[in-house]
Amino acid sequence: MQSLDIKPTVGLIACCECGVAIEPNPANMCSGCLRSRVDITEGITRQCTIYMCKFCDRYFVPPSAWMRAELESKELLSICLKKLKPMLTKVRLTDACFVWTEAHSKRIKVKITIQKEVFTNTILQQAVVVEFTVHSQLCDDCRRAEAKDFWRACVQVRQRAEFKKTLFYLEQLLLKHSAHKECTGVKPVPTGIDFYFAKQQEARKFVDFLMTVLPCKYHYAQELVSHDTKNNTYDYKHTFCVEIVPICRDNIVCLPKKQAQQYGNMSQIVLCLRVSNVITLIDPNNLQLVDVQATNFWREPFDSLCGPKQLTEFYVLDVEPVNNFERKAGHGYVSKKHELADVWLVRSDQVGMSDAQSLSARTHIGHLLSPGDLVMAFDMKNCNVNNATFDAMNIDNVPDAIIVRKVFDRTRRTAKRQWKLKRLVVDGNIVGNETASVADEFQGFMEDIEEDALMREKINIYKDAEKGPNVDGDDAEDHPDAPTLAEMLDDLKFDDEEMKEAESAEDDEAMQE
Amino acid sequence: MALRVDYEGSNDVGVFCTLTNSYCLVGVGGTQNFYSILEAELSDLIPVVHTSIASTRIVGRLTVGNRHGLLVPNATTDQELQHLRNSLPDEVAIRRVDERLSALGNVIACNDHVAIVHAEISAETEQALVEVLKVEVFRVSLAQNSLVGSYCILSSNGCLVAARTPPETQREIAALLQIPVVAGTCNRGSELIGAGMVVNDWVAFCGLDSTSTELSVVESIFKLGEQGAPTSISNQLRDTLIESML
Repeated sequence: MQSLDIKPTVGLIACCECGVAIEPNPANMCSGCLRSRVDITEGITRQCTIYMCKFCDRYFVPPSAWMRAELESKELLSICLKKLKPMLTKVRLTDACFVWTEAHSKRIKVKITIQKEVFTNTILQQAVVVEFTVHSQLCDDCRRAEAKDFWRACVQVRQRAEFKKTLFYLEQLLLKHSAHKECTGVKPVPTGIDFYFAKQQEARKFVDFLMTVLPCKYHYAQELVSHDTKNNTYDYKHTFCVEIVPICRDNIVCLPKKQAQQYGNMSQIVLCLRVSNVITLIDPNNLQLVDVQATNFWREPFDSLCGPKQLTEFYVLDVEPVNNFERKAGHGYVSKKHELADVWLVRSDQVGMSDAQSLSARTHIGHLLSPGDLVMAFDMKNCNVNNATFDAMNIDNVPDAIIVRKVFDRTRRTAKRQWKLKRLVVDGNIVGNETASVADEFQGFMEDIEEDALMREKINIYKDAEKGPNVDGDDAEDHPDAPTLAEMLDDLKFDDEEMKEAESAEDDEAMQE
Repeated sequence: MALRVDYEGSNDVGVFCTLTNSYCLVGVGGTQNFYSILEAELSDLIPVVHTSIASTRIVGRLTVGNRHGLLVPNATTDQELQHLRNSLPDEVAIRRVDERLSALGNVIACNDHVAIVHAEISAETEQALVEVLKVEVFRVSLAQNSLVGSYCILSSNGCLVAARTPPETQREIAALLQIPVVAGTCNRGSELIGAGMVVNDWVAFCGLDSTSTELSVVESIFKLGEQGAPTSISNQLRDTLIESML
């Protein structure tokens, strides 16, 4: 027996709107009339924007991801459709494909086919072309790389002192040795400077450099960023915290008794002459010098008794050179550059007063002083010091005053200065906030350099072309041994605006060392 | 001539109205506009009876009738029956039928000569159709739609069936009824033709949503409003002339 196969035949009816003959459908309308009555693509924008990072060719995937996708790839299609998703909630997406566009046109065209139920049981299907405009936007990673904001290792240089002379010295050392050239970022912070590096090795190298040029110690810490237990790989951020000794040049320190004896029977109250890779201390009572190594310092650290800000200005009444100073056995190294002298001082604001208190002090800068000079000194007799070692000292061993340095006329000295120092310049900004007090400290640092030839040896000094030759030949005041021309370097200078001066760069040669 | 009307905002005028060549029943309601249009068109010629059937106003779905008579369901009250009897012309016979498929308008479609009915109506009802409405009865189904009264409507001139009725069924019905059959819609694409409109030999009332295309289909199949056309004049006059000459 054969099965009867009945196929339902379908007649034609008139479209209820326009009368054209159509097959019956749930709306009994021809597609044209149906489409004219309802627009299922309503609410779907034909223009959209997607963002691409031009550096890494990645597309932005909201909310915060960036994805790499080739043109006309399914990844790109998914990014585009994700952008359209909020508009496609009421309709059913049945197909999507790319319409070819020129690769550099920054336009992506996507043809989507959507379905939607209109009236009852009537599903309308329509194709729409949506054009995406590709806008360029820097992704986070590229922006960081551009801004040199990325780092793997950080060296935090800190000095717990109120006066940053050592940091200025460090800045000059970095410039001379170009130790900072691998830095990805330099950031000044209130108590020091942060240096950022892309690799841990570079940071370690930098720390090693710091250890050789300054008395300091460091702590190392690492922060786990991510890890993969399957590959046994760990990703860290490394931080080196470098602490520079809190003693600065021209600080008065009070050594513990035992240490003072160790350093060759020095007085307990000594003056810091300079801080290079060692701390050089001088005893103004007997000219004994001692270099304290960083390791020794950190083993038994001592504090500074007073810094440059606590110094008072004194007027020199009389200077008596001490010629036949008797030294006991077992004394340490004695400076030959300094001369011992007994000095009578009076406060510079009390000169000529009948009741002015005059102090006597023994100083190591007797060769610089003559009656009538001004000196900066620390008035130990009338001071108030918070220091346990000092409090334990026998009061008889404490001198009336400690002369730290001679005072020169600063304005004249600045005017006479024919040299300059380079500054660590990062992104057009000089390191640190150059407030008035910092600028003043830097002036003090330059004066220190003028007075200390040993320090000059270690840094680069440049001729200041803006200052003319020194015409002030008959200057009565005897300035300390300022850097000679032989010590200065010509600064390499390019003048973009005036090319005629370019030939002057040819005779830019290092004359020093 | 085909008119657009609505019954209390509803397009389904066939639900609330039964129209024949000799009377018109309308459901009792508050739609004066509907009554006015119907009465303006019909009251000169035939009575327009306001009534309820079984206390409902869906008179079009519950009753079936033609020039000769009217069938009402068993639930019709005596009072309603009395009212109908008083209002309708004397030559119109009325009978209450005890039919399980009590919405007679949904299961029966008829003109003055033939009726097509749902396949499952009882023999008594069929007997009543023959006796009261004086029609030939055919049990048919319009493809998947067995409620012939809802999905088709016929007058003496033609028959309109639902859009989905296959051509074979249309031809079969045309052969049975001896009138032209066409598939169509009313009320902007609705297939419920019997519910969406009422028609007799000279006028049709469609729902307010019906498009002009639908109305033109209705007018052409039911040959409405053609009296004034030159061809029809010549045809009819010729017939009369020839008849008078014989």
